[in-house]
Amino acid sequence: MSALVEIRDLAVTFGHGANEVRAVRGVSLDVAVGESFGIVGESGSGKSTVLRAICGLAPVASGEIRIEGETLKKPRKRAFYREVQMVFQDPYASLHPRHTVDKVLSEPLAIHGFDDAEARIERALNDVGLGKGFRFRFPHQLSGGQRQRVAIARALILEPRILLLDEPTSALDASIQAEVLNLLDALRAERGLTYLLVSHDLAVVAHMCERLLVMQHGEVVEELSREALQNRAAQAEYTKDLLIASEGFKGI
Amino acid sequence: MTDMLQVEGLNVAFPSRDGPVRVVRDVSFTLGRERLGIVGESGSGKSQTGRAILGLTPPSGRVTAERLEFEGIDLRGAPASTWRSLRGRRMSMVMQDPKFSLNPVMTIGRQIVEAYRRRGTTTRADARAKTIDMLEAVQIRDPERVFAAYPHELSGGMGQRAMIAMMLIAEPDLLIADEPTSALDVTVQLDVLRILDDLVRSRGMGLIFISHDLRLVSSFCDRVLVMYAGRVVEEIAAKDLHAAKHPYTQGLLNCLPRIEGGQRPLKTLTRDAAWLE
Repeated sequence: MSALVEIRDLAVTFGHGANEVRAVRGVSLDVAVGESFGIVGESGSGKSTVLRAICGLAPVASGEIRIEGETLKKPRKRAFYREVQMVFQDPYASLHPRHTVDKVLSEPLAIHGFDDAEARIERALNDVGLGKGFRFRFPHQLSGGQRQRVAIARALILEPRILLLDEPTSALDASIQAEVLNLLDALRAERGLTYLLVSHDLAVVAHMCERLLVMQHGEVVEELSREALQNRAAQAEYTKDLLIASEGFKGI
Repeated sequence: MTDMLQVEGLNVAFPSRDGPVRVVRDVSFTLGRERLGIVGESGSGKSQTGRAILGLTPPSGRVTAERLEFEGIDLRGAPASTWRSLRGRRMSMVMQDPKFSLNPVMTIGRQIVEAYRRRGTTTRADARAKTIDMLEAVQIRDPERVFAAYPHELSGGMGQRAMIAMMLIAEPDLLIADEPTSALDVTVQLDVLRILDDLVRSRGMGLIFISHDLRLVSSFCDRVLVMYAGRVVEEIAAKDLHAAKHPYTQGLLNCLPRIEGGQRPLKTLTRDAAWLE
């Protein structure tokens, strides 16, 4: 089995001199084709930065990112974005407020020179369970869950093989979260997509991912399988703390 | 047990082009020296309920109630002087978003010192020492730095903790906490809950804990009100939550993924118009 996404000793550094922040320090991971891989950590642990580094949105200081064995170059080629797409955390911030859903979806098609945009947009909207009635709406006319569906449709319209999901449901209500997670699950099963999902919620990652990486202060704490997580067989103290914290408040 | 807060038939409505929108409908509850949770999804009126109790409903909103009493003081149409004597000292609120609720042009330290000195006469040095202690108590690692920092220099979680410190330093009798921990990491979340828990136990503070996180609320609070579209659909002891009767409460519980797994696809919530009646 060869890995589709390989990351070796990735380091990301922001700023210079005294203001230098080493956001990611030596992270390595492998994601196989069709797998769903999770990254868990607290804010500032560098988990989102790993995804952004893959997309070329973060300054990589050292290390290598390979997709199908091929090292990614800076700047990313156009073909890269056909393969890899990202869904951001906050659907209230990631959609242009003055662009209709139609415009949001047709832009990537135009950039990549796809034909039959009409049919593709309708299909993408159907795939995420919105239907063409939503096509000419603005983001403010949509609920949070509907916006996130548009963001997923925008990512899927180029038919990528890898989807980078940065906290896709943390801005949504619990009931809407369930709908979006079900949608992502169904799309993966249907199309054999590969997911890299970042979340602070262990339950979401346990539900969505077969393997996961726990990060803290920019470093890898440990890698776990879903089964190990479910059996609470974490080795590192930090992961154990996270597991305890996820159970809620216990009086002293 | 004496109830410090009594709410009966609370309604909050906002005018709109299509007539008033009722965001809180006939909410009634009492609060003693305990931890009461209010749970609901966005738009369920849980925050507006908390704001109405403190008289912080935006001016366009209309608040009506059959009874709204805090320790025998009628809060309906209370004059500004009554509010001044209550807010901050006897009842206060931790807001959801520290970005909008801290004064952007004042250092954190000055804001907290101000809140503390309003309680009565203290020396400046004493207020400063107390503030540093409080910042330490909310698990801020470097209180001296935070004391001198402006809100924009802090992360969200740090700002939220500073905000909690500010509300707690006045040692109010009633604290309304509106999603106080949703911007925080899980491990820090527990620290903050421990501080609140300690205040309820040791000082007999009354706490209204507003949250969308049913699991967290059920583990922390004594009693839970579940709100849907402005109405309380169920009131239940937190330990009996797994035996909730209302389909909305059950739906909220069942749609959460679990670390143990087991449900795929996740159950989604079907809403029923009859819940509003």
